[in-house]
Amino acid sequence: MSHIIILAVLDGVAYGSLVFLVAVGLTLVFGVMRILNVAHGSFYALGAYAAASLGLGLSALGLSPWLSYPLFVVAAAAVGVVVGGALERFLLQRIYRHEEALQLLVTFAVFMILDNAQRLIWGVQPYFYSEPLRLLGNVAVAGITYTAYQVVFLPLVAIAVLLALRLFLRRTLAGAVIVAVTEDREAATAIGINASRVFLLTFVIGTTLASLGGALAAPTTSILPGMGADMIVLSFAVAATAGLGQIEGAAVAALAIGLGRSFAVFFAPELEVLMPYLIMVLVLLVRPEGLFGKATARKI
Amino acid sequence: MKHGGKLAALAAGLGLSLILSAPAMAQQKPAEIKVGITTFTSGAASVFGVPGKQAAEMLAERINKKGGIQGVPLKLYFIDEGAGAETLTAEYRRLVESEKVDVTMAAISSGNCVNLTPLAEDLKVLNLMWDCGTQRIFEEGEHRYNYRTQANATPEMMAALLYLLKTKPDFKTIAVVNQDYAWGRDSWQLFSAALKKLKPDVQVVAELFPKLGAPDFSAEISRLLAARPDVILSTSWGGDLDTLVRQANQRGLFRMSTFVLPLAESSLQRLAGELPDGVIVGARGDHYFLHPEYKDDADFKSFVEEFKQRTGAYPIYPAFHMAQAFAALEAAYDKAAAANGGAFPDKEKVVDAMDGLKFRGYGRPITIRPDNQGLEAQLIGVTRTTGDHPFPIIDDMMIFDAEAIMAPSGGKSLEWIEGLGAGFIETPAKEYKHGK
Repeated sequence: MSHIIILAVLDGVAYGSLVFLVAVGLTLVFGVMRILNVAHGSFYALGAYAAASLGLGLSALGLSPWLSYPLFVVAAAAVGVVVGGALERFLLQRIYRHEEALQLLVTFAVFMILDNAQRLIWGVQPYFYSEPLRLLGNVAVAGITYTAYQVVFLPLVAIAVLLALRLFLRRTLAGAVIVAVTEDREAATAIGINASRVFLLTFVIGTTLASLGGALAAPTTSILPGMGADMIVLSFAVAATAGLGQIEGAAVAALAIGLGRSFAVFFAPELEVLMPYLIMVLVLLVRPEGLFGKATARKI
Repeated sequence: MKHGGKLAALAAGLGLSLILSAPAMAQQKPAEIKVGITTFTSGAASVFGVPGKQAAEMLAERINKKGGIQGVPLKLYFIDEGAGAETLTAEYRRLVESEKVDVTMAAISSGNCVNLTPLAEDLKVLNLMWDCGTQRIFEEGEHRYNYRTQANATPEMMAALLYLLKTKPDFKTIAVVNQDYAWGRDSWQLFSAALKKLKPDVQVVAELFPKLGAPDFSAEISRLLAARPDVILSTSWGGDLDTLVRQANQRGLFRMSTFVLPLAESSLQRLAGELPDGVIVGARGDHYFLHPEYKDDADFKSFVEEFKQRTGAYPIYPAFHMAQAFAALEAAYDKAAAANGGAFPDKEKVVDAMDGLKFRGYGRPITIRPDNQGLEAQLIGVTRTTGDHPFPIIDDMMIFDAEAIMAPSGGKSLEWIEGLGAGFIETPAKEYKHGK
């Protein structure tokens, strides 16, 4: 029994790490901009497609597959800056003052457009790029083979991103400015902070993180149309469980959902599909503002 | 003279009526036969839907080049099954009522077939179920306007099980990893019910139903590695199957268990080096671009080569299923016209012609049974890496006749499976080696 628990924990941590990388971007964007970006899943998919395309390009050119690791970061940043930046600058800036329903509709429309764009560019057949996964080899735990990429590399990246975000938000001027806008946009603007620039920076960071999640998922999964839709639903579940805007909460919620899912596979497979939502519902029943959220008075 | 005058008047009248009736007869022949096709052009199932659509466009072009069906060209209308059940139903109704399509081909998804077949009955439009697998439709009700031009889930599962029992008879444990929706659940129900009858000592060590479209199967693979089943069945398809195979291969699961993948013919070209040798793969019918009985047939080769040239890939089973639906359409119009004294038939006469229709796409000939279900042979074999292609081909093939491995017309699959005896394992199949 104990070795089954070890296996379930390893699988849960690996899955939770990937979910965290995507969901933390969503929760950051909501925390600062108060906008629920339905198109967030599209950035996950675009990151995966971009990473796989660059990786396959590396192979075609006969270059070292180790270069794929820095290329993942390049692919994620390119998608975040170019597509995310353009989306924020030319579309979202026009709807911040409108009601939330319109924001949801607009970002949903963007999601549909980007989904179709992916089909137009990459077609409908699944893409693969598993070379980085092979490079790191396998590890054996309790007699079971795992890929080092999933049980070692991905959790390390998730921890690094969590620490980097904490440092950035709490120890840098840019981070402090973001936190100020998050706390009180009007006051921050009154003391001379350019909120528009903060929004752009935040959105680019959020979408880059989603793209990075997609790029890092690329070696493990089939890249195909519709992959973003599943991830956006899961990311919403993580963000709601954590409390919208909570970075550390997103890590805990992603881990809980990852562990819940893997324990379900081992002990109650029929609950596997439901597990993320069961956890979310249970948390919200007890704490409607999420695990780490703060109850706030609603302005009418 | 008087009589002569009357005769002349009669002849003139007859001649006039013939002259007048000639255009009237010609008008009965429509300018085009409108065909409404539902297929997935979005979402994960577009891995099937798009090749199906490409095949439909190619086949319609070919038919129109030779003058159409009974001299009438085809015009195709497509609806995306990925748009959701409500939109699909509304679009289907619009095609029939506003566009006045003569025939529909619906659908890929079993759920969509369940939704659209009653509508086809209400709208009195001939519907050819070109790809969906659920066996329930004709087992749970009578239909006049719906016909299936391929097999259903029962023979597809029985062929996989028989192949396994014939080639690996000594297995003691089995696990299943199917997608969590109707197809994944129903196919396991059929397979496991028959396995229980034919080899009751086999222990099921894991029943896993991950979400349709799941991006990761790590936990499932860990559990399977821990359970060490002799056999692993997965009726998954598309990106889900590809991800499962790649993750399982990376972690050595293929070295431990025999995999049975009844839909993997559709993934062979994509998976290339990821799918090891010795995996049992099926093709939802006798569909394979190297079909051992037809690979040298000129028509077959021309279809495969043109499809490859147009799309960059060899045709997979949805393309062959689409070809069967078009073959049925042609055969039905020809049969109905023959029964109509050579004149172009109306819609009801075409529906009448579907009863007992015999036709052939690019596999073995197919017959429509009295319950409107097509009798389609099943090809199954194992993967083998050769130098001929950059992906594994199918070797050690068996082709099963449809009638031997499915419930009889009007029968229910699960009741039929309950009645199976040990002798079912001896069901004959024609065997072929690759390249022979």
